[in-house]
Amino acid sequence: MAGAKVLLMMGCPEVPIQTSIALYLSHKLTSSGFDVTVAGTGAANQLLKVSDSDGYYVKKLVNLDKTLENVIEKRADFDICFAFMHNDAGMTYAATMSAISGAKLYSIVFGRNADALAETIEFDCEKIIEKAAHNPIQLKKKLDSILEGMVE
Amino acid sequence: MSCIEQMKYEILLDRTTYKDAREYIEKNSDEVFYVSPGYKIFRDYHIIGVPPIALGAKGSALTFTYTKPCYGTFVLTVDNEDSIKEIEKLREKEKEKGKGAPSPKKSKPSESSKKPPSSFLDMWKK
Repeated sequence: MAGAKVLLMMGCPEVPIQTSIALYLSHKLTSSGFDVTVAGTGAANQLLKVSDSDGYYVKKLVNLDKTLENVIEKRADFDICFAFMHNDAGMTYAATMSAISGAKLYSIVFGRNADALAETIEFDCEKIIEKAAHNPIQLKKKLDSILEGMVE
Repeated sequence: MSCIEQMKYEILLDRTTYKDAREYIEKNSDEVFYVSPGYKIFRDYHIIGVPPIALGAKGSALTFTYTKPCYGTFVLTVDNEDSIKEIEKLREKEKEKGKGAPSPKKSKPSESSKKPPSSFLDMWKK
């Protein structure tokens, strides 16, 4: 899988663990040889830029809507996509990605309503569900086991 | 920024779920058209949504969903020359599909207890 193109799709950044997990995943996947792009809303991207001001963890940071437009217009696509979601809008963006892209999709469902939100997912994806909002450790553990399978 | 935000539109439903927005369009349009996620309207707006994506026509107005990551899904309506063109395009698309014209529906405006804001600018101010 080394060299595979991975998209990390960030939604609204109001739940704190999204930023730390995005930084972690980006670095971990890049270190394992994946070609990682992180796409987010304006605010989500600014949070990453300030946290990683030298671009050490995130090499490619792009606008979320522009990225979806590029996939729709077939100017870009990815092999793997991790879609962060803690609200209905995040789920809606992931559903769109599922319909327009050939990427294997992982839905990272987090926040206090994670279980209820996960039940609304009707598209084909692997769900990683963690009811955390502030502490990223349990979600990180779940993602580590997914990453182990990906780099084998 | 999509051209939608620069157009004259009306917000019919704000900050809701995609499912509720779709149901609103289905219940409050004369004609309903279903398209795939990414379908483009008004030159550069690709619709983000959970399939099937509903677009509604009521007279010359086009009703559609607009999803913002931090604010949820909105139902917007645009009534101008562009909306007339988009509705015609959707009718043509239906004919090409060989399924005939979409079934006309009774228009039944939903009653909402709160008046939605008239623009995104109003919402940012809240």
